[in-house]
Amino acid sequence: MVVVALGAPGTILRSMSDRTERSRMTGLLEHPGYDEERLRRAAEQLSCRELQAGMLLSLMGEPQQYCYPSIFIYGHRASGKSHVINVLMKELELPHATVSCVECVSVALLFEQVLHSFFGCDVASLLPRSPSLTDFVRIYRQQSPAQQTRYVVVEKAELLRDADANLLPALLRLQELVEDNVTIILLSEIVWDTFRPNTGCFEPLLLHFPDYSKVELQQILSQDRHPSYSAELYSFYVNILLGVFYSVCRDLRELRHLAALNFSKFCEPLEEGKVKETDTHKLWKNIEPHLKKAMQTVYLREVSSLQWEQMQQTEDETGAPKGLSAHTHVELPFYSKFLLIAAYLASYNPARTDKRFFMKHHGKIKKTNFLKKNEKTTNHLLGPKPFPLDRLLAIFYSVVDGRVTPTASIFSQISSLVTLQLLAQVSHDDQLDSPKYKCAVSLEFICNISRTVNFDIMKYLYDFL
Amino acid sequence: MSKRKGNISHQPLGECISQVQRILRERFCHQKLTEGLEGVEAQHKHLEELLRRSAVYGESNSVLIVGPRGAGKSSLLRSVLQELLQEKEVQENLLQVHLNGLLQADDRIALKEITRQLHLENVVGDKVFGSFAENLAFLLEALKKGDRTSSRPVLFVLDEFDLFAHHKNQTLLYNLFDVSQSTQAPVAVVGLTCRLDVLELLEKRVKSRFSHRQIHLLSGLTFGQYLDRVRAQLSLPDEFCDSRFAQEWNASVKTLCEDKSVQDVLQRHFNCSKDFRSLHMLLMLCLSRVTLAKPAIKASDLLDVSRLFLADAKTNMLHGLSIVELCLIIAMKHLNDVYEGEPFNLQMVHNEFKKFLQRKSNSMYNFSQPVVVKAFEHLQQLELVRPVDGSPKTQREYQLMRLMVDHSQIMAALQKYPQCPTDIKQWALSAFA
Repeated sequence: MVVVALGAPGTILRSMSDRTERSRMTGLLEHPGYDEERLRRAAEQLSCRELQAGMLLSLMGEPQQYCYPSIFIYGHRASGKSHVINVLMKELELPHATVSCVECVSVALLFEQVLHSFFGCDVASLLPRSPSLTDFVRIYRQQSPAQQTRYVVVEKAELLRDADANLLPALLRLQELVEDNVTIILLSEIVWDTFRPNTGCFEPLLLHFPDYSKVELQQILSQDRHPSYSAELYSFYVNILLGVFYSVCRDLRELRHLAALNFSKFCEPLEEGKVKETDTHKLWKNIEPHLKKAMQTVYLREVSSLQWEQMQQTEDETGAPKGLSAHTHVELPFYSKFLLIAAYLASYNPARTDKRFFMKHHGKIKKTNFLKKNEKTTNHLLGPKPFPLDRLLAIFYSVVDGRVTPTASIFSQISSLVTLQLLAQVSHDDQLDSPKYKCAVSLEFICNISRTVNFDIMKYLYDFL
Repeated sequence: MSKRKGNISHQPLGECISQVQRILRERFCHQKLTEGLEGVEAQHKHLEELLRRSAVYGESNSVLIVGPRGAGKSSLLRSVLQELLQEKEVQENLLQVHLNGLLQADDRIALKEITRQLHLENVVGDKVFGSFAENLAFLLEALKKGDRTSSRPVLFVLDEFDLFAHHKNQTLLYNLFDVSQSTQAPVAVVGLTCRLDVLELLEKRVKSRFSHRQIHLLSGLTFGQYLDRVRAQLSLPDEFCDSRFAQEWNASVKTLCEDKSVQDVLQRHFNCSKDFRSLHMLLMLCLSRVTLAKPAIKASDLLDVSRLFLADAKTNMLHGLSIVELCLIIAMKHLNDVYEGEPFNLQMVHNEFKKFLQRKSNSMYNFSQPVVVKAFEHLQQLELVRPVDGSPKTQREYQLMRLMVDHSQIMAALQKYPQCPTDIKQWALSAFA
């Protein structure tokens, strides 16, 4: 929609001569069918979304007129789709039913919620035990027809694709099936092309809610400023935050959360009296490394928000809590470590190279056969390959110093590695005589492990020759 | 400017606009019939004759109306019924049962619906029937009431006919066609479907009882007829409250249709699809721009709306990605170019991205692995990248994926991307990564 507005300046100038058009540009909503005061209140809450709200309002038309039977609104997360619809419905007091497909695991819940919102719980209780579409339509038709357009708002509509195959086409045609002035509005993150059933359906009107630009994000984020600090300080803070995070994340909800979490740290030097509000450079120097650390931890949900706030308070570097990924490093017994190293080598080295790496007297091997042909076959890009148990044990015996007797404890360690999900069993459970495994650890992990046992794994990896 | 005082037949402009909106919205959104559908006279006559024979003369018939979505099958049936029901004899006698394949997903449900629509619940009561056929026969027998010695003709309309063919054993279809072949009650079965190959779906015994009568609504419209249709859909009827306004409006519609740029736009839409529904959607969007300040549809409206209509959805979604995600998409595009569309995994994509960073020696986009993984997961959530149906047991970084966006969409998105860094644009445009 932003593209349409900017791409044809001539057309905008031509219609700019009218008062209503000018007011549309400045962000007021106008429509003859609705109360002006309510529209003004709605427009106040919908900053940066006036264009989309205006378009939606003009599609909806006057309350007693018909609207297009189904509208599909798509856009990124936190781009204001639910917000705009909810504000319009609430402020203009339109009869509506909001349903989230995440909640409605069965169609019965969906029908009940719609009937309840429109007609009250007496009608909703008329639904039989496991209602089908025909029951829903029948009960709806028995009710009195609408005085003004009723709206059914379905959020997270992409989950409708996984429901009953008839549900989506029937909902799109609801106006026709119940012969009433009802419009269904679908909100989703996914584009419409994946929703279309095989034999086609009633195509809804597609409406796109574009993402917020950097300026708009700044405007919206500056709105929840702290009351005890000035607006300029907060917008300066938001500016720094966007500078660090904008290239990684544009989700308004995440940015608001990060802004709220880190503001106290930003204001710390101000509270301690070390700097004044105008010392922008010092404030920036204080907060920027902190935000960078936030990107590695809170943004990735390595630490929870509560832990992050506690970390800020203690200011103690040594007591830094371990992130979630730190917990994947477990202490393994000696032979288990070598088994894991052997498994990694078996997964990532091709079988023909075992002779060269692990035998004492391997003789001459032609270099041309040995060297990599092209980059694509780097095993570290393709992923681990499965290997049989015999190969694992053969490599294990050659890698471990000293003699090892093949006792049951060695084999049980292999099973426990599988339970810890450091190895993955590829063959079927029934296949007992030659099970196959795959190594499921990363290069970093195995390097740490091999360092603890003084084993130089890089010398033995084919990809790093 | 907004109010005009005039004669008794003139209304203020606001009122006129409101009436225009009401009439046209009923036409576009609610499919209210305009007088006379052009281009389908032959089909109209055929269907009317068939239904008249059933309703008036007591003949049993079956027919299928076949046409693509939005071709006007329901409107055709409705206009024929409307005409027929104006005759007193038909209005008193004809019983209608409307079934929809989307709603009646089962034969049992369908039978209950038939019972309900024929108002025979009290007759059937708690009787237990052995089979579907017995039940249906009893229902039709029960219609032999009143003064007439023969039973009343029943019209069965089956919407989404192809869905009924998916029921178990096609019991409903078999019985309906069976009744229509035998000389019991006069029954007319009209099926509406969008599938051309609907007869292939029927079982042999069902097909043999069907009369094989099909009415096709494959429109052979020329562009001139399409333009006439646009004009007819936008014109106001003669009974409009303010005749002067109606004349002005119809004149402006006429000039609109003769405008060259508008004809180009309509030609583009005509080439995509000729049916009523997409036309109605386009005109609805134009209608929503008619306000008190601008009481007519202008050519610029149509141009803007058409641009909105034909905008690519995935390109719009690409516009909102963060820089890291955009870089990953470009890396995937390069992998697709070099390896000719073979599936890739995250490690390969990250490797490709790292190669770009090494060349540029720009530390601004040097993000750690977990941040890149989170960006990749976001792309997966938006379904711009989908896993190849393989085993889910592989590690997350090594699972094979395919890119669901193609080259032209990425290039179009890059043009419009706000403040796109030039080195990323150049990377995207370079032939080899």
